[in-house]
Amino acid sequence: MSILDEIKQRLKDKIGDWYEHNPRRIYFSVDKKEIKEAARVLFKDLGLRFATATGTDTPQGFEILYHFSFDKTGQMVSVRTLIEDKHNPQIDSLAVISPAFEWIEREIWEMLGIKFIGHPNLKRLLLADDWPEGKYPLRQR
Amino acid sequence: MNNELRTNMNLKLKALTKSLWVFHLCIGGSCNNCDIEILDLLTPRFDVERFGIMLVGSVRHADVLLITGSLTYKAAERAKRLHQQMPKPAVVVAVGSCALGRGIFKDGYNTPCPLDELIPVDLYIPGCPPKPEAIIDGIVKLVKKVRGEK
Amino acid sequence: MSHKVVIPIGPYHPLQEEPEFFRLFVEGETVVDIDINIGYNHRGIEKICESKHFDQVAFVVERICGICSTSHPFAYVNAVEDLAKIEVPERALYIRTIIGEMERIHSHLLWLGLAGHFIGYNTVWMWAWRYREPILDCFEMISGNRNHYAMMKVGGVRRDILDQHIPDLKKTLDQISRATDMFKGAVMDDPVIHARLKGIGVLTRQQAIEWSVVGPTARASGLNIDVRRDDPYAAYDRVDWNVIVREEGDIFAKTVVRILEMYESIRIIRQCLNKMPKGEIDADVKDIPAGEGIGRAEAPRGEVFHYVRSDGTNRPIRHKVRAPSYMNIASNKIACVGGTISDATITLAAVDPCYCCTERVAVIERPTNKKVLNGWDLIKLSQEKTERLRKNYG
Repeated sequence: MSILDEIKQRLKDKIGDWYEHNPRRIYFSVDKKEIKEAARVLFKDLGLRFATATGTDTPQGFEILYHFSFDKTGQMVSVRTLIEDKHNPQIDSLAVISPAFEWIEREIWEMLGIKFIGHPNLKRLLLADDWPEGKYPLRQR
Repeated sequence: MNNELRTNMNLKLKALTKSLWVFHLCIGGSCNNCDIEILDLLTPRFDVERFGIMLVGSVRHADVLLITGSLTYKAAERAKRLHQQMPKPAVVVAVGSCALGRGIFKDGYNTPCPLDELIPVDLYIPGCPPKPEAIIDGIVKLVKKVRGEK
Repeated sequence: MSHKVVIPIGPYHPLQEEPEFFRLFVEGETVVDIDINIGYNHRGIEKICESKHFDQVAFVVERICGICSTSHPFAYVNAVEDLAKIEVPERALYIRTIIGEMERIHSHLLWLGLAGHFIGYNTVWMWAWRYREPILDCFEMISGNRNHYAMMKVGGVRRDILDQHIPDLKKTLDQISRATDMFKGAVMDDPVIHARLKGIGVLTRQQAIEWSVVGPTARASGLNIDVRRDDPYAAYDRVDWNVIVREEGDIFAKTVVRILEMYESIRIIRQCLNKMPKGEIDADVKDIPAGEGIGRAEAPRGEVFHYVRSDGTNRPIRHKVRAPSYMNIASNKIACVGGTISDATITLAAVDPCYCCTERVAVIERPTNKKVLNGWDLIKLSQEKTERLRKNYG
């Protein structure tokens, strides 16, 4: 079974849109409450490597794309999730699954203001300690 | 710097131009290329040690402060403090486009101001990165100016 | 009464009060914890890229890192070409490969030099950096600049490698090949280096997977991953070469991986120079449609990841950059802890982080909050350990 079939079989109806841009670039979306399960399946069960996560401010809400790499075939599987509440954006932290998620969640928090519930060490990563509160550089104002 | 200070500096610096002790500081927001070109000066091809130029490990021993980087908020305080700790007379040299005026990062949100609005700069060496020959040329020009030669 | 002592690491900038890059907590001689504090080099590049058009972004990302200067534009143009499904002319693919591999050689030589300096082999430093010069001269010959060569362009390359450049390139490769033989001999045969680097700073295979490390750091811990082979780009799938993997996960393994990779790079460049067809070097791209693209490149330090989102206008609306050191430096939390302070410098340097980033390390002694050692002292400790080992070997 190909890795994509495995993902579809394990995550079943948790998967929203599924888009294959080309054989090596796959994007699918999950609801934000399923993100921990999706990450666990991809990282722990299927052994994909976590590359990084991209947080974007869109008109529909804050979108986070988690990028995983399946090194055996060179495919990048990106999991998309949307946080619609822009006034109090929160999502489960994936740092409990692996330390590889720690830094990027801190960065997304300080750049976009998204709170990662359960993160062990949610403090500033890149910006100075006296950077003004409430100012998130990557938000579109 | 006022003119009187400059004259004093010139007199004392004349004594120092035989052998310059350089403290290299990267004040953040740097891609390190300028730092590597500066370190390159020590390697056999350029070998600035034959001119008596030496890199030192503490700013308190330095005659020349060689600064690279485009100055981020986190590093601004440190830059100012280090400049204050330098025993005067001292010369500040800005190496690379970033140290000159933030270069390509001019529009960034984390680079507050050009370096010379924070500390006074005596010598600008442009380039991205400036070639080691350009850095040597700049320092030689500085030494000549301090000695009063043309 | 055991008081935790924090040791600073920083080759040239012993700094006093500011929060530093690395904060090592030691009890006696052993490192028990490490606090990593990045952000000094944060320039807001992702935001800057949102206000530059696609061609300008290549120049901005080049200056993310000076040594990996071409890997970032490489991954970026891969991302845009992935987004817009652009076909790059074959000659351009070969030229890109040559530039990428030449950069790998000079980056590994740079690392070799710094590592040599940290453990007290200053001759290695001088010689490694001296042998970078012919490569930098070749870059200057091809592109006009020793660093930041601005060769990558969406759809192709900016400049061609002319026929008259090729003899000089081949001569430089021969020179580097002989130099690599010398370094390989020096490292593999020196019992002091073995004693100094073997078993130090170990990152096990399981830890490497946990922390998602990349590049030589991962390959030295038994992870057989390399973007050039796994997700081929440019001309890497048209030439023969090997991925170098070692199992031990210690600093010696990382050194061996880097040295052997230099041989592979020379091999790749030689094949590219022979196989490169005549032809166009630029696909002359006019518009970028709306969409998303992901591009990766294997920088000397590991996988560089770029994600570009476009809305059909002439600039990216989102550009995500992830440098390899972002993943690798975090793994120092595991690699350093349990080692001694004399090994700390070389362990932190073993993942090949940005030189500027390794400079600032803080030492805070509890309960007095006073600084105990500075960067120079710490390098001295490292070099002294080598001296002691040298005496043991007579």
